[in-house]
Amino acid sequence: MVNTATIEATGSKRSVRSASSKREARNFWMYISPWIVGFSAFILGPMLYSLYLSFTDSKLGQLGGFIGTANYVEVFGDDLFYIAVRNTAYYAIVSVPLQLVLAFFLASLLNKRIPAIGVFRTVFYLPSVIAGISTVLLWSWIFNSNYGLVNYVLSLFGISGPNWLSDERYAVPAIIIMSLHGVGGAMLIFLAALQGVPTSLYESAQLDGAGTVQRLFRITLPMISPTIFFNLILGIIGALQVFTQPYIFSQLNQNLGRNRGMYMYVQYLFDQGFRYYRAGYGSAIAWILFAFTLVVSLIVMKTSSNWVYYSDE
Amino acid sequence: MGLLLRYILLVFMGVLFVLPFAWLLSSAFKPAQQMYVMPPKWIPSPPILKNFIDGWNLLPFGTYLTNTVFVAVVGAAGTVLSSALVAYGFARFRSRLSGVLFTLLLSTMMLPMQVTLIPAYQLFSILGWVDTFAPLLVPQYLAVGAFFVFLLRQFFRTIPRELDEAARIDGCSSFGIFRLIILPLCRPALITVAVFSLVNNWNDFMTQLIYLNSESKYTIAVGLQFFSSKYGPQQINLLMAVSLLTLLPLLAVFFLAQRYFVEGIAATGIKG
Repeated sequence: MVNTATIEATGSKRSVRSASSKREARNFWMYISPWIVGFSAFILGPMLYSLYLSFTDSKLGQLGGFIGTANYVEVFGDDLFYIAVRNTAYYAIVSVPLQLVLAFFLASLLNKRIPAIGVFRTVFYLPSVIAGISTVLLWSWIFNSNYGLVNYVLSLFGISGPNWLSDERYAVPAIIIMSLHGVGGAMLIFLAALQGVPTSLYESAQLDGAGTVQRLFRITLPMISPTIFFNLILGIIGALQVFTQPYIFSQLNQNLGRNRGMYMYVQYLFDQGFRYYRAGYGSAIAWILFAFTLVVSLIVMKTSSNWVYYSDE
Repeated sequence: MGLLLRYILLVFMGVLFVLPFAWLLSSAFKPAQQMYVMPPKWIPSPPILKNFIDGWNLLPFGTYLTNTVFVAVVGAAGTVLSSALVAYGFARFRSRLSGVLFTLLLSTMMLPMQVTLIPAYQLFSILGWVDTFAPLLVPQYLAVGAFFVFLLRQFFRTIPRELDEAARIDGCSSFGIFRLIILPLCRPALITVAVFSLVNNWNDFMTQLIYLNSESKYTIAVGLQFFSSKYGPQQINLLMAVSLLTLLPLLAVFFLAQRYFVEGIAATGIKG
């Protein structure tokens, strides 16, 4: 008798729980339904379709026949691909660390409640908000080889500035310099992280006689390492996708011929997909980018356990 | 570091950061002849206001501006609405798949949008939406911006469930809780999302370039690019003048909503 009563009691408890959790699940699906639709229609669907397309010879607006891995073979045999990869990798490898260092440096400067600190914060952050085509056009004028700001400043030091936008060797450096102007966002994230480091840590370190450099490497950097990690991943992903600047810069130099040093990966994708209408080929290019981004992200994430320190561990 | 050293560095870096904008201001007011002069005259004499009028009239910038404002505002509205709804779902309700789906959502933040670009274009082409504003706006009503969903979910979770339960006891539906409790308490976060989304839409270039083909639909981004390719090297001063004009609305938004920018960014990074 006791057994049946227990079974009955458990049974009814179970069904009550699942009724409310069923209602909860129903609510869940209802509220996230916009995202489900959006995700399927604009992310998952296109992703799968582009994977399929990459194995066809489709043109934009016209489905082509299955051609196996021919597109991928063609990509790896295309000189333009290697030029694009080289330029993009050069840009990413140099600009991301520089951006992080600058963002961190500025954040450290701002990390003190002194008069007018808000003004400086605005000055450093504003360029990243306005970053759009207006700024790109401005920078292309700034890099003008004869009358631009950069070469003018260089001339004050007796240096004859190069032909930034048309010289192959200086194209990526120009874009890197421009990207440094936009570190405001990353800087604010670092600033918030710095402000979260307990001052008691610094105080006890100082009592133990630790110098500035030691405090930096033993306390500050480890404590904000999750933020460094966050900015690093976002920085790499952003750098690999750079498009607007090289696109505009190379447009303005049409008379001088395309600058091979400026040719970036997304430009390659854009040209093949939207200038030559090769939807299949362009999709292959896109998937190679995706695979590469994934691999790099995974590598960074795997190694992160060595240098990222979470305070709640 | 010493206070003096800090200020010196701040001023030095500050000057470096401001220099490009000083250059913009200077160029925008210059007559054409003074543009190609070395060493440059920083303060043009006389300052030419006509640049702004001439540049603005060379291309229908009034139309471009209207289009941009339309896209930015309608887009931001959609983002706030859909992100809030989806974030509420993730913040308050559990289901067997909610963990998996949330991870999926986060991973889309890392997806290069170029992977979906071509097929999305095909899709919009089939729907007949190319050369309309729909491809720019519709995805925003379907919470495609994972970053905002994430941000709002974190905020929603800071509201104690006791408030929900109290409302539920009073007979409130889940949507009622959403509307009457969660949303009002998270107004700053919602404003942050709106402001960021507004700026993103305003500055977005690639998608606008791809989908907006007729001149009447151009936004400022596309219009400026069109201007520079058509009148580029010859009339840089006009280009600078018009660029400056088109930056002003953004500047206004920034200064009005500065707090939301700064706090919004801070919230993402640490809780990330």
